Amino acid sequence: MFKRILLAVDGSEHSIRAVKYAIELVKKFDGVIEAVYVVDENTAKKDVLYATNKFEIEAKRKEKIKPIRELLDQSDVVFGTHVLHGEPGPRIVEFAEEREVDCVVIGSRGLNQVQSFLLGSVSHKVAKRAACPVLIVK
Amino acid sequence: MKIEQLKQDWFGNVKGDILSGIVVALALIPEAIAFSIIAGVDPMVGLYASFCIAVVIAFVGGRPGMISAATGAMALLMVNLVAEYGLQYLLAATILTGIIQFIFGVCKLAKAMKFVPHSVMIGFVNALAILIFVAQIQHFIGETWIMYVLVGLTLAIIYLFPRFTKAIPSTLVAIIVVTAIVILGNIDIRTVGDMGALTQQLPVFFIPSVPFTLETLMIIFPYSFALAIVGLLESLLTANIVDDMTDTESDKNRESRGQGIANIITGFFGGMAGCAMIGQSGINVKSGGRGRLSTFIAGAFLMFLIVVLGDFVVQIPMAALAGVMVMVSISTFDWSSVRNILKVPRTDAFVMVATVAIVLVTNNLALGVFAGVMLSAIFFAAKISKVTVTDSLVEARNTRIYEIVGQLFFASVSDLPKRFNYEDAVEHVEIDLTDAHLWDDSAIAALDKIESKFKDANIRVTYTGLNTESKQLKNKIQGIPSEH
Repeated sequence: MFKRILLAVDGSEHSIRAVKYAIELVKKFDGVIEAVYVVDENTAKKDVLYATNKFEIEAKRKEKIKPIRELLDQSDVVFGTHVLHGEPGPRIVEFAEEREVDCVVIGSRGLNQVQSFLLGSVSHKVAKRAACPVLIVK
Repeated sequence: MKIEQLKQDWFGNVKGDILSGIVVALALIPEAIAFSIIAGVDPMVGLYASFCIAVVIAFVGGRPGMISAATGAMALLMVNLVAEYGLQYLLAATILTGIIQFIFGVCKLAKAMKFVPHSVMIGFVNALAILIFVAQIQHFIGETWIMYVLVGLTLAIIYLFPRFTKAIPSTLVAIIVVTAIVILGNIDIRTVGDMGALTQQLPVFFIPSVPFTLETLMIIFPYSFALAIVGLLESLLTANIVDDMTDTESDKNRESRGQGIANIITGFFGGMAGCAMIGQSGINVKSGGRGRLSTFIAGAFLMFLIVVLGDFVVQIPMAALAGVMVMVSISTFDWSSVRNILKVPRTDAFVMVATVAIVLVTNNLALGVFAGVMLSAIFFAAKISKVTVTDSLVEARNTRIYEIVGQLFFASVSDLPKRFNYEDAVEHVEIDLTDAHLWDDSAIAALDKIESKFKDANIRVTYTGLNTESKQLKNKIQGIPSEH
């Protein structure tokens, strides 16, 4: 059922929790994980400003998702990692359709109502728009 | 292949480009007017500039999908020129700026950007943000509490409206709402119309009426040079950001030439110098713009709106524009640099703060960047000029071995001779340079001095482990073989 799982990560603690769930899930169904990190406008702006060249930017992003990679490496499940560009919500949904995944696993930042109104909740957007089941890990 | 590439650049994303171009045009209007007011010229000068630059750069730029127009960084550099000599000199300076940028691009100097360290770039954007904010204070002078309420309302709409829809730029919604309130409520407050005339005409070609003398050149050159450098700095930074956002490459030298051509043409059509805009380019990419068509539509639609809506534009209250500028300032500022100021290397933090401070004192972004680069170079030289000397005694051969580790050049060798013991009771000194590199004649001179001092004490000196490059330098300067 869950043969191909899209795991959305941002390097935060919430996404680490999501990684652990995704690994357990995939093991049960003997599937694969597509780990996705989306670079949005503000991150792109900051990363470019703080790096001298492209290699440095790439290295920094790899460093950011390193804990997630390590977890996946240790788990001996089959996985791929992707760094994508765009607005996180729509980009994740788009990638999920492209790769025809069976499920999206995503961490929740645990925002309250005011915060999610001001900041916008990526997990809500994905849950609303994705065609496949979405597992929001709290 | 080339035609195909051109076709892809222009018509590869027609629907997305047209829609995003329209969104950008709407978002550009308030900024173009506000930046004109910062520069001290009529709103039309900024609007003509935004139209000309966007349309021209769509054809000649090196980064498809990037938006260039009148900008705050450039406006801030022209304030004194406009105040002292007037608009015609600004137009002449704009043309000269374009010429300098074009030469810069032809000489393929875009690579020189790498000599601007990121702490200087962060200082640059922070200083820019502060200057834009400070430039708004004048609009509050002599106004009542209504001004503060309207600015607050503008900001509230700008930040909260995107939660409902992102299809329409929130800055535009804020401007329309606040202008409507002022008109309907008959509120007496300064408007764009009070700041200068707005003509509903397309720009026309004319040669700036300045005397073509050396004196004119001497007046405008310092401004043009600063404008050229700052314009390219911001444009190439923006190009890098757009490259990253879209995960594609761009031609930085072509972009430099394009910025030059765009500014030359703008100067002849009565517009002020401009460059790429980080914020607007971000809006364009986020709204789906990727190709050259999006930049073209942004410029063309902006002009169309001005011709059609000029009567409305003059009624925009300054409070609404000041609110937009406060938002521009907040989003330009790199807030993480403040949060991390104690975490980053101390010299980096110092360079960033020094860049900001110099810009604020001199009111000149170019000077700040220049000083920041100088300061970084000095810190870098200080950092790599640390040379360690360790020594060990080989009693069997009655020899002392000195191991020098580090970069030997003018800044690092001044204390070097003092670190050797010339009253040693050995016959032979061996200087191991395996982990050292000789860079200039100061390094050779220092080694010579050490050698002659040992000779005075009747100690023989030999060198080992000199790398090829250093050996060549040593031979070239001394003309004697360095190793036995």
